[in-house]
Order: sequence, then structure tokens, then C-alpha cells
Amino acid sequence: MTDPARGPGSLPRRLAAVGLGGSLQRKLIWQFLAAAALAAVTLFLAIRVTADRAAEAAQDSVLAAATLALSEGLLAEDDELDLDLPPTVLSMLSAMGEDQVFYRVVLQGRTVTGYENLALPAAIPTGGEPVFYKTSLNGTPVRAASLTRTILFDGAQTDVQFALAQTRHGQAAIADAIARRAGFLGIGFFVLAVPMSLLAARAILGPIGQVADGVSRRGPQDLRPVAERVPPELAPFIAALNGFIRRLRLAHSRTETFIAEAAHHIRTPLSAIRAEAEVALHEAGDDNIRTRLRRVIRSAEECSRSASQLMDHALVMSRSDREVRGPVELGALLDGLIASMRPTADLRELSLRWRRPDEPVVVLGDRLLLETALRNILDNAIKYSNPDDAIDLLLEVSGREASVSVLDRGRGIAKADLASLAPRFQRGENVRDIVGSGLGLTMVTEVSDSHDGRFRLEPREGGGTCAHFSLPLA
Amino acid sequence: MAGPITVLVRALILGVALMLAGPAAALDVEEEFVLGQGVAASPLRILSTTDVSAARPFLEAFHGANPDVPIRYTVASTISAYDAIAREKLSFDLVISSAMDLQMKLANDGHARPIPDSAELDAVPRTARWRDLIVGISVEPVVIVARSDAFAADEVPHTRRELIDRLREDPERFRGRVGTYDPATSGAGYLFASQDAAFGSTFWRLAEVIGRLDARLYCCSGEMINDLADGKLLVAYNLVGSYSRARAAEDPRLLVIEPDDFTLQLLRTALVPQSAANPDAAVRMLNFLLSDAGIAAINVVPGQISVMSAPSGRLGASRTIRLDPGLLANLDRIRKDDFLREWTAAMVQP
Repeated sequence: MTDPARGPGSLPRRLAAVGLGGSLQRKLIWQFLAAAALAAVTLFLAIRVTADRAAEAAQDSVLAAATLALSEGLLAEDDELDLDLPPTVLSMLSAMGEDQVFYRVVLQGRTVTGYENLALPAAIPTGGEPVFYKTSLNGTPVRAASLTRTILFDGAQTDVQFALAQTRHGQAAIADAIARRAGFLGIGFFVLAVPMSLLAARAILGPIGQVADGVSRRGPQDLRPVAERVPPELAPFIAALNGFIRRLRLAHSRTETFIAEAAHHIRTPLSAIRAEAEVALHEAGDDNIRTRLRRVIRSAEECSRSASQLMDHALVMSRSDREVRGPVELGALLDGLIASMRPTADLRELSLRWRRPDEPVVVLGDRLLLETALRNILDNAIKYSNPDDAIDLLLEVSGREASVSVLDRGRGIAKADLASLAPRFQRGENVRDIVGSGLGLTMVTEVSDSHDGRFRLEPREGGGTCAHFSLPLA
Repeated sequence: MAGPITVLVRALILGVALMLAGPAAALDVEEEFVLGQGVAASPLRILSTTDVSAARPFLEAFHGANPDVPIRYTVASTISAYDAIAREKLSFDLVISSAMDLQMKLANDGHARPIPDSAELDAVPRTARWRDLIVGISVEPVVIVARSDAFAADEVPHTRRELIDRLREDPERFRGRVGTYDPATSGAGYLFASQDAAFGSTFWRLAEVIGRLDARLYCCSGEMINDLADGKLLVAYNLVGSYSRARAAEDPRLLVIEPDDFTLQLLRTALVPQSAANPDAAVRMLNFLLSDAGIAAINVVPGQISVMSAPSGRLGASRTIRLDPGLLANLDRIRKDDFLREWTAAMVQP
């Protein structure tokens, strides 16, 4: 059920976690189709009935004229009857559909000519106007007209009943032909309604898909309210969703602010502890005490580092959902970064080797975040390298991608750890002896994610680690 | 036409029997013809007003193509054929009659069963069939037959008016020597006379004239032609074309005249009665009669033309009798009584 309109997002996979009721789209389509079927059947019946009535009315008028002609043909001379029945009167009745024709003339209750078994209407007509009725003759259903005329018979005015009947094959054939067309019309209407109802259902439900798509495409830190234009019917749903997002962001930002505050508050007294300890170390004569003071200084250092990372992380969290992106030249950024890290590297007697292309490498991003991420990568490399090692930095452009590689000869990472290092506070199995918060790589991954980039760690050939951080070019 | 099929068929002919027992018991049978006696299947029983001599070619051709269907062909007058179906409810599979009005009445009154659609039936002109109940088989003109010595060569009448003039000019020569059908006893005769009458007053004038000449009235065309051949008659009015042409082809003394003012065209029609015990065979026969082989077998008889090869429409003087319920008006009791009263008055003159 891949729907191209929703893009290759992970919506279907997420849907699996949602309790599903009846599909709205299916329900809508069924309702549209049911309405269309009802309309088609109604159309068919209406045309069929109208056609039947029209054909019957047309044939009735012919039958009436023929009955009048029949009645006018009867004359009497004393008690001799003379019937002038032109064959065309009967031919005419048969013309429409080669119908069977029956007639009967009754005088004083006696059938003087025609079919004795042709029934007269229940109420014998009295006027000169034909009365229509339905009856059957030898099992054949017929439509009949009957009228009464008075003739001078045997010296007296005498009522004569005339009845003329015909089968209605012609009428049925016409009605059938029209009904067949009406049927095709109805079927055509229905067939046309199928794609229309599909389109209509899709159009109606489209905004829901768009909103879902928009939300599901967001990065993990994107807590902006949903801004898509939606039909008013969807507004309550979106309002509720936005309210939820707002509360979530508030809670999120409170947490990050709290962490940043806490880190900041910890760092200041740590600096004081370190300064005091350094003074004490300088003044202390006892080796035992000096060793302890060095440990204090080192712990304060590590602690301060962790606090910085916590602050960095809070920064990343607070900035990743804001639109503060601009063109960033990675070469210059790395130049600055290396310059600022060099003292730390020198302290550990590490050499930093740095290679970049001559032309500028520009990506679109948040300069501060990119710098923080790259600094963390470099910081890690420095932290886990052995003294006298060299760290290689490489900025390259391949295709539409800029990539920064940081290669060290440190203790490397076990393959098993590669996937598990990104989450917060996770650290490799082999670095338990080095102080670290486990926040660094998490933050790098978050920055790369929020910039549509990639970050991966690989063991380096000949020992050490290779960190790749790549971003799409601007 | 005597091909191997006819030879084979002739071997199967067991003879012509008159007044056979069976379904024809109450029927006034004129002729009977049986094909394929001894074949176990139930026979196709045809009740017809067409003489065996005119029917034989198509019967034999059908039997040649369908040797598994034995045929019993019964000939009766038009009125007794109608009565056999409508009144006596005798069982026949196919009724072929020249009395279009009686055939129409059988169909109209529900005695005919629908004939299933077929390509052959579809090809029949609309004027030669009525619904799926009656199908025209052949068309033949209604003609005047005269002895060639009845008139001087340049005085042969070509219209009814000319005939009236000739008869009036020499009443002594024609007295008692003019013949026609008796409409009271012959269904076809009544049909022809009433159709004639519908085309104008000439008919009644002619009736007056031949009545004054003590016309002889016949029930059947065969006798009339015999009397012509024998010289008892000089002129016969309203004869069926097929018999006349057939006889004239053999007898040069007979002259067939198709009147130029108008010549009635008669449809010999067929229907499958409700009483049919073997309707499938009847439908096979009908489809055969409308097929090329059937058409050829019909056309082989002089004066008899298949509806499939007859020129369509009302060409020239031809007036095809309309095959529709208008024919029922002919059979109306009061009208018929009236007509016959009028006719008798014309025939019997003081």
C-alpha cells in the first residue's frame, strides 16, 4: 500500500503501532458508490416507467381511434346488420409491433360478430367515449377499449357494445428498448461514479495525509507547531496536536535550561576548586599530598569538561528546532577550531595534521552547532589518543557532499559498540578508565541528523578510529 | 432435376394413400404423400393446401438432406385445414396454406407457436412474415387463365375492364363457360374476391357480368383447370398462378394472363401450430425452405416463386396481399355474410 502522495516516509511502519478502526476512505467510497447506485437505479426505473406510460398513452390513442372507427362502421337496415370494417383499422393496431387484434360487437347481449370470449369491461361504458381496460383472451394479456353506441335496430334505438383489444408486444418492445438504453445510462453513470468517488474520497481525506506526512517527516527535535493549511473540519485535531507539541516543547526546553544552568553553576565552583588546588600543589611539600592534589585537579578538569558537554548538548537541543541556518564555510570553521584545540593537543604531545581543499567548502547549517559537533569529534580524538600520536583531519568534497574525517591512533572501538554509541550516556566498553559523560557522540549524531548529514565511526586500519561527519553541500 | 438424391428418395416413396386412418380421420383429405416410411423417427406431419405435384420437389429435396426425418404430407382444402387446427385441434407439425386470412386468424387466435430465430428467418422480407408466427414460403400471382381460342389474337384482354368488354361483346359464346372460385366454399376464392373488391368497383361489375353469363363456381383450382383443358370453360378468373403456369407449360391451349390493372400476389405461408408434436422437425423444414436448396426446389415449379427470390415491394401492377391482422376483417361474420349475399345477388340474376 505505497501511496506516492505520502512520499517514502515511514508512516506505514508507524501506523502499525496505531489502533486502527474502519477506514474513512473506504467508508466514504462505499457511501458514494451506494448513492451512485441508488441514483442509477432510480434513473433506470424513472425512464422505464415513463417510457412505458408514454408508449401506452400513444397506443391507447390509436386503439381509441380504431374503436371509434369500428363502432361507426355498424349500420342496421331493419333487423339486418351491416358492418363496414375497413381492414386498415385492424392493420393499424398491428402496425407498431405486429400485435394480435381482437374485437367483439354485442347487441342485446348477443355477440353479433368477433370474438365471443373477449371480455367487456366490468362496468359497461355508457358514453360514446372509449373506456380502456386490461383483460386476457385465451391466456394472452391484452389492452382493450370499449364503447357503447346506439343504433336504430328493428325500429328501436338499441345499445351496441363494441370492444377492440390488442396485445402490446409493440409497446413492450419500445419500453424494453428504452429501458435497455436507460439501463446502459445507469450502468454508465455508475461506472463513471466509481473513479469520481475514489477521487472525491482522496480529495477529502488528502489534507489528513498531508498533515500526517508533514509531521512524520520532521526531525527528532523538530517541535514546531503544525502550520499546514487544513480544512476547518480538521482544525480541532490540529489545534489539539499543536497544543500537545507546545506542552512538549515547554517541558523539553525547561529540562534543557535546567541542565545548562546546572552545568554552568557547577563549572564556576569547579574552576575555583582547581585554582585553589593548583595553588596548594605549588605550596605542598609532601609527595603524598601532591599526588592527591593532582588527582583533585584532574577530577575537577574532567568534571568541568563534562559540564561543558552538558551545556553543549543543551545548546544543540535548544537550537536544532530553530531556523538559524546560513551558509557555513567548513574550511575556515575547521581552521579556527584547530587553532583553539592545538594547546590541548600540545599539552598531550599530540600532533594535529590538517588537510583541506583550496576552494571554500560551503554547507547550509547552524554555525554554532556544526562547530560544537566538530569540536566534540576532535576532542574525543585528542582524549583517546596516546601521547606522541598524530591526529589527521581531512576535509573533502565528493559529489554533493562535504565530509570531515578525523583519524586517530587511539584504542579504537569494538565493532559491537558501533551502533550503540550514539544514544545518550553510552560509552564504549574499553574506555571505562577515562572520564567522560557519554554525551559527546550523541550530540554529534543529533547535529548531523538535524542537518540531513551522516555521522559514523569506523575502526581505522592499523589501529585507532576514523570518524566521518558529512553534510550536503549548499 | 433428377439427381441421385431424387433417385434415392423415390426408392423410399411407398405410394400415395387416400383417407388414411390416424390424425387425419376427421379431416377431408384430398391427397397424401409419404416419404421415408420405415424410418423409426416420428414423422414430420405437414398439413398443406398445396398439391403434391407442386410440393414434391421441395419435400424430396428436404428428405434428401434429412433422411432421418420421415414426412407425411397431407393435402386438404384451405377451410378444412383451418378447421383441423382451430376447431378439431388435430396435431400437425406444419401448416402450409394459401389462405393468408385463415393463417392470420390461426396465428392471431393463438394457435401458432413462435418459430425460433435463425439466419434464414431473418432474411425473409418483413412483408412476408408476421411476427415469429407466420412465414411466407412462396409468392404467386393470382391470374386469369383463358383458352387460347377464346379470344382473337389481338383481342386478348389484359385488364379486368377489357375482360368485361370481351364478355359483354359476345355473351352467347361465353355463357356457362366462365369459371371462378365459389367464395362460399373456397377460402382462397373468398380471399381473392374480397381483396379484389377492396381495390375498387371493377370487381363487382365483373361479378355482375359473369353472373349474367351463368358462371360456373368451383371449389378447387384443379377442377377448374381440367374444365378449361377439356374446353368446358373458356375463361377462368382468379386462379392461383402456380397451378396455371404448370398446366400451361404442358398445354399450349392454355393462356395465362396477369392483369395489367393489378395482379394480386398471394403469399403461401407456413406456421407451426401449438398442437405440433414434432416442432423441431417443422422448424428444420422451414429453415430448409428458406435456404438456397429450398428456394431452388420451390422455384423449379413454374409460376411458384420463393419469397426469397421474389422481387420485393409493389412493383408495377403487383399487389401483394398484406400479411397483417387487417386480413381478419375479411373473415368477419357480418362482413362475410354481407359479401356473400352481394355475391349471390350478382350470380343469381332473374
